[in-house]
Amino acid sequence: MKTIGTANARTPIKLGLLLLLCPILLWLFLLVILPQLTMLNISLQERVAPRIYEYGFSNFIAFFTEPLYWNTFLRTAIMSIIATILTLIIAFPISYYIAKMLRGRAKGLLFVLCLIPFWVSELVRTYGWMILLRESGVISTFLQYIGLVDGPIEFLYTDATIMLGLVYSSMLFMVVPLTSTLDSLDDSYIEAGYDLGGNGFSVFWHIVVPHAKPAIVSGCIVVFMLTLGNYLTPILLGGKSSLWFTEQIFTQFITRFNWQQGSAFGVLLLSISSLIVWLGLKLSRQSFSKVMS
Amino acid sequence: MIPSIPQSKLFKSSFRLYAFIFFTFLMAPLVVVAVFAFNDSLFPSLPWQGFTWGWFFSDAEPKLGLFHDQQLYKSIGTSFLVASFTTILAVSLAVNNAFLFERKTFPGKNILYMLMLLPLVIPGVILGVSILIMSSTIANYFDEVWAIDIEILRPGLALVVVGQFAFITTICTLIVAARLRNFDLSLEEAALNLGATKLQAIRTITIPYLLPAIVGAAVISFFMSFENFNTTLMLVGSDSPLTITLYDRLREGATPVINAVSLLLMLASILLAFANYFLKGKNSSIK
Repeated sequence: MKTIGTANARTPIKLGLLLLLCPILLWLFLLVILPQLTMLNISLQERVAPRIYEYGFSNFIAFFTEPLYWNTFLRTAIMSIIATILTLIIAFPISYYIAKMLRGRAKGLLFVLCLIPFWVSELVRTYGWMILLRESGVISTFLQYIGLVDGPIEFLYTDATIMLGLVYSSMLFMVVPLTSTLDSLDDSYIEAGYDLGGNGFSVFWHIVVPHAKPAIVSGCIVVFMLTLGNYLTPILLGGKSSLWFTEQIFTQFITRFNWQQGSAFGVLLLSISSLIVWLGLKLSRQSFSKVMS
Repeated sequence: MIPSIPQSKLFKSSFRLYAFIFFTFLMAPLVVVAVFAFNDSLFPSLPWQGFTWGWFFSDAEPKLGLFHDQQLYKSIGTSFLVASFTTILAVSLAVNNAFLFERKTFPGKNILYMLMLLPLVIPGVILGVSILIMSSTIANYFDEVWAIDIEILRPGLALVVVGQFAFITTICTLIVAARLRNFDLSLEEAALNLGATKLQAIRTITIPYLLPAIVGAAVISFFMSFENFNTTLMLVGSDSPLTITLYDRLREGATPVINAVSLLLMLASILLAFANYFLKGKNSSIK
């Protein structure tokens, strides 16, 4: 009897819970999980005759046997790692400067200034770099004007340019977590480090870096993910020689209409991206929910 | 290293120099985009041909200004349409999710929360492509088995909205849930004590409290939808939103009219940024 009573008392709460659960479950299943499963399903189909498909791994085998495919993949992954490291190295001093060396209004102002470029569409930012770097662009003309070079120089369509664009578009995702974490580091810890006889470097290495570690990890994970999945920057700044993996996916789907191969690439990109995120979290012993929010 | 520790002048000024170079690097592309919107030349490059408002107001080819360019006009309208639908969907679901995660306990809550964050890890291109595959698979099935062509499942604006809705919801949920977390439950209890029903209490007490976060989430959502490229590219049909149109023009060879559009976009986004900043500033509970 007692159990029935509690069940009755719980019914309205359960109904409310159900009403709140339905939309998110529908959204999650239909728009996030089901599409990924469909992609996995399609990637495992191989063409045996026109319009006839069977299950098999030929799309994944094609990836490993065709040097262009896995070279592009490897290149994308390595360049993303380099871009992540460069972003960290460039962002750290700025975050430190804003969080620890500035006071009052200058601090808030510079922090907001860091955010402004990221309220501008990625397309516009990349276009800006194209104007700066092209043969008839601002930098080339300037170098000729001051007499450093004789003729126009094309800065676009090199790996260095792609790297520059990638680092630029990732900066926010490193500067923001770093600055807010460094801001929470109490000055007295640094002072104590000096009092105990530390020098600039040892204080930095034993006090500042350990404190900033969670932000470094989450910043690196987010930057790596975004770089790996970037499409616009490599295409526009790298031109035909960009060889970026997302471009390969686009080509398979839209240009060649080979959805099976494209899906296999998609599954591979998603796997490596998830793997790196997972590794990063494991190595730093952080939880996914915390890093993402 | 901090102001209270004495440092050499060189150390401080090298930091200042670094910051100066960094901000030059950050602002340079934006500045050139803005400046070249006023160059009286057919190409967005040097030499400087003199100042003109033509890329905004001219009504004749070859220097067709932004305000007379039908294609650009149309794509801005398309972007607005897509962004509005996406925002309404994403913010509604976000409020719903916020109540679910902050107020309810149920088995598997943590797993559901992790799954909810999943769209942040899926690259935009993959998200777009996977939704394209799924909807095409369903559409093909209906076409083959029942000979019904479901137009809405083919690449087009409906799919673009769906694709953007898939990941923008997560971001909106994080914003709204963060504010709901700081809500003092006793306020709602007071309303209940004064005789309000649960629904009345939520409508008159909780929702007004959440409003800044809801508006903030809507601003972010609208902006993210408007400027989204990766997911949109995979799902777009014949009507292209602004970013797709701009991208096509960039590949054909840019004219300064793109700079003019970009300048307006920048001004609008910076306005949005300030609006958002102001909203947050007024409610200092969110940093």
